[in-house]
Amino acid sequence: MITLKGIGKRFATGTEALRDLSFSVAEGEFVSLLGPSGCGKSTALRLVAGLLEPDAGHIRFEHGKPEIGFVFQEPTLMPWADALTNARLPLDLKRVSRSDGNARAAAALARVGLQGFERAFPRELSGGMKMRVSLARALAAQPKLLLLDEPFAALDEITRNSLGDDLLRLWKEDGLTVLFVTHSVSESSYLSKRVLVMTPRPGRIAEDIALPFGRDSRLSIATIEAQRAISGALNTAMAA
Amino acid sequence: MKRLLDLVSPLIVAVLFLGAWEWAVAHWQVPVYVLPGPSAIAKAFADNFSSLMAALLSTLTVTVEAFLAACVLGIATAIAFSQSRLLERTFYPYAVILQVTPVVAIAPLILIWVGFERINLALVIIATIVAFFPILAGATLGLKSADFNLVDLTRLYGASRAQVLWRVRLPTALPYLLSGMKTAGGLALIGAVVAEFVAGSGTATGLAWRIVESGNRLEIATLFAALALLALTGVLIFAALSLLEWALLRRWHESALTAP
Repeated sequence: MITLKGIGKRFATGTEALRDLSFSVAEGEFVSLLGPSGCGKSTALRLVAGLLEPDAGHIRFEHGKPEIGFVFQEPTLMPWADALTNARLPLDLKRVSRSDGNARAAAALARVGLQGFERAFPRELSGGMKMRVSLARALAAQPKLLLLDEPFAALDEITRNSLGDDLLRLWKEDGLTVLFVTHSVSESSYLSKRVLVMTPRPGRIAEDIALPFGRDSRLSIATIEAQRAISGALNTAMAA
Repeated sequence: MKRLLDLVSPLIVAVLFLGAWEWAVAHWQVPVYVLPGPSAIAKAFADNFSSLMAALLSTLTVTVEAFLAACVLGIATAIAFSQSRLLERTFYPYAVILQVTPVVAIAPLILIWVGFERINLALVIIATIVAFFPILAGATLGLKSADFNLVDLTRLYGASRAQVLWRVRLPTALPYLLSGMKTAGGLALIGAVVAEFVAGSGTATGLAWRIVESGNRLEIATLFAALALLALTGVLIFAALSLLEWALLRRWHESALTAP
């Protein structure tokens, strides 16, 4: 679906975030981008979203740029608007009619388990629920590609696990393509089909690990073994 | 109970203060043209009620018009600044100069330019200049404070500049703007009073002029009555804007979580 080739990115401050970053993601895949903080993985995600332009290399989409959903590390909600209005934002911006937009936003909220919270303001919601609104907003425009930038990093482990399971369910139901930026080995080992391990800055792909089946629980042997493989690759990438 | 005490304790202080004042004036036989007691002020207020109310209306009209003009100009300028960094860099220093120049100093000039035959317009212009800056500063800061990620998200969905302004920047700016408006409301009144002082004899008809006139005639009780009316007006403006702030922000902003 997406191919990045020879991507380089340097910021105005002179920091080189990415050098010769290349990878591709097939349609329907769930791929994690794993690396230490500051390795440029968020930058890579913003490049894919088109929020940044690369200095070198190019990004190709197989069938033209798809509808993209984006979830940030923070819920990034509008505090002055209720959950329904927040989830409806992409549809409002695309000038979808109010009634159609409301129906689709309400459906998206229901899918992330927030039925009955349509009129709640962000201030009235817990951290996990705010992140669910953020996820519903990303889903409301029915994206083909979902980009997530350490979405659960600020949450407690129990909430994080429950949101991870919901994300897996949505991925399967919608046939989404997911690119998931994280610095959690256990999260990537359980959620993704493939893990791309990145080097410290300037970031590039150190290892591309395809994970086996049988990881249907966080405690299955396959998941634990995947964790060991990812940890090993990460250690090698950090030492290099 | 605690709530009741909050309301009653300032009133008790007022009663004690006015009582002490009345007693002190009678006890030391202070002449009424130096310091009249509260009862004499109340009598002056009642005797001059209709003319004081006419003066209040005049000052209040100038204040409200100046406040609204400052809101419109301040918000429009801030929006222009938010759309163009060059525009902001070019003109913000001049807005600051306008702010730091004591406006009394340019008031005579404005009166001459606008002309004494259009005295109310001149008063409104002077008061507008005084009230303008906090609104510009509040709105400018607020429009800049929009969440970067939220703005990026709107770009992802192809939002136009107008959509970003309307859906993200303006709502973000609202608490900052309202805070600026509360300051500007008081300043508009001060501006109106200063403008009337400068305008001087016979032309202005507001409360400030009543103060000058009463002072010249040594009608100190009437002067105090006009002063009390001005203070009351200032309090009411502040209360009205606080209420507006609470009504607009109570659902979502930390500053408005408790009733005013």
